Amino acid sequence: MTLGLAHFLIVSAILFTIGVFGIFVNRRNVIIILMSIELILLAVNINFVAFSSYLHNVQGQIMAMFVLTVAAAEAAVGLAILVTFFRNRGDIKVDDASMMKG
Amino acid sequence: MTLMAIAFYILAIITCGAGLMVVTVKNPVHAVLFLILAFFSAAGLFVLTGSEFLAMLLIVVYVGAVAVLFLFVVMMLDVDFIKLRQGFANYLPIGGALALLILFELIFVNIAVASKGAAAGNQPQVFTGQDQNIKAIGHVLYTQYTYLFEMAGFVLLVAMIGAIVLTLRHRAYVKRQDIFSQVTRRRKDAVAIVKAPTGEGIKE
Repeated sequence: MTLGLAHFLIVSAILFTIGVFGIFVNRRNVIIILMSIELILLAVNINFVAFSSYLHNVQGQIMAMFVLTVAAAEAAVGLAILVTFFRNRGDIKVDDASMMKG
Repeated sequence: MTLMAIAFYILAIITCGAGLMVVTVKNPVHAVLFLILAFFSAAGLFVLTGSEFLAMLLIVVYVGAVAVLFLFVVMMLDVDFIKLRQGFANYLPIGGALALLILFELIFVNIAVASKGAAAGNQPQVFTGQDQNIKAIGHVLYTQYTYLFEMAGFVLLVAMIGAIVLTLRHRAYVKRQDIFSQVTRRRKDAVAIVKAPTGEGIKE
């Protein structure tokens, strides 16, 4: 029994789906939504790394590094927005976010 | 090879199970801890594909920085998380159905790509001896992707400044030392010579 590319791709597909499912079912909780986005980006990274390894081309791992950078920046800015939102509202319900409109 | 397969299945099951727990568990602190577990086992999967550097990077960046940031924010915000879970059961059927649909589509495409695509039948890249993973990454990163690498640093800088600007709070009633106004102050702004008539003093 050998490990093929399909094994890694299926793990990545499952993780991606879990991330999308998390956004569907936790519509009100921004923190869980941010964590779901992190899961989706992790699935993308697994895809990049698996293809990079099986195509014998290291550029996929470099793209994964850039994805990692953007994911870290996104988490930092998202959590900062969340903290500001909590200060203004005293709660983090996404339903109330439309009060920010002009 | 069977040892690698066993390791793969253990790590894959832990990764997917932890991911599922992240989105379904009630307590958000537990969700963050499961996120850390998912990233950790995903790093193990990276090691199995032969990309050790990225695995270590994943642990350092995600477990060390991002997950701790999440944990910090979850513990800092005083939120009623039970109320935020309302509607979980409402969205569960349609969300689950859509997720299953997406999963089947992705798996079909993935199996097609893996069996017929450019990488069909390939074995994972093995780095031995002098030919190391981190060396290969360094060669490509610092020759072909130098500008992109610096742009990535710039993205992090902008994110850092953005996070600071968003969360910095100026409270009017707190008195702080303003060094610029201290240094730029001149004698004529602060001191005046007044002649006081004898016996009368000075009025404000």
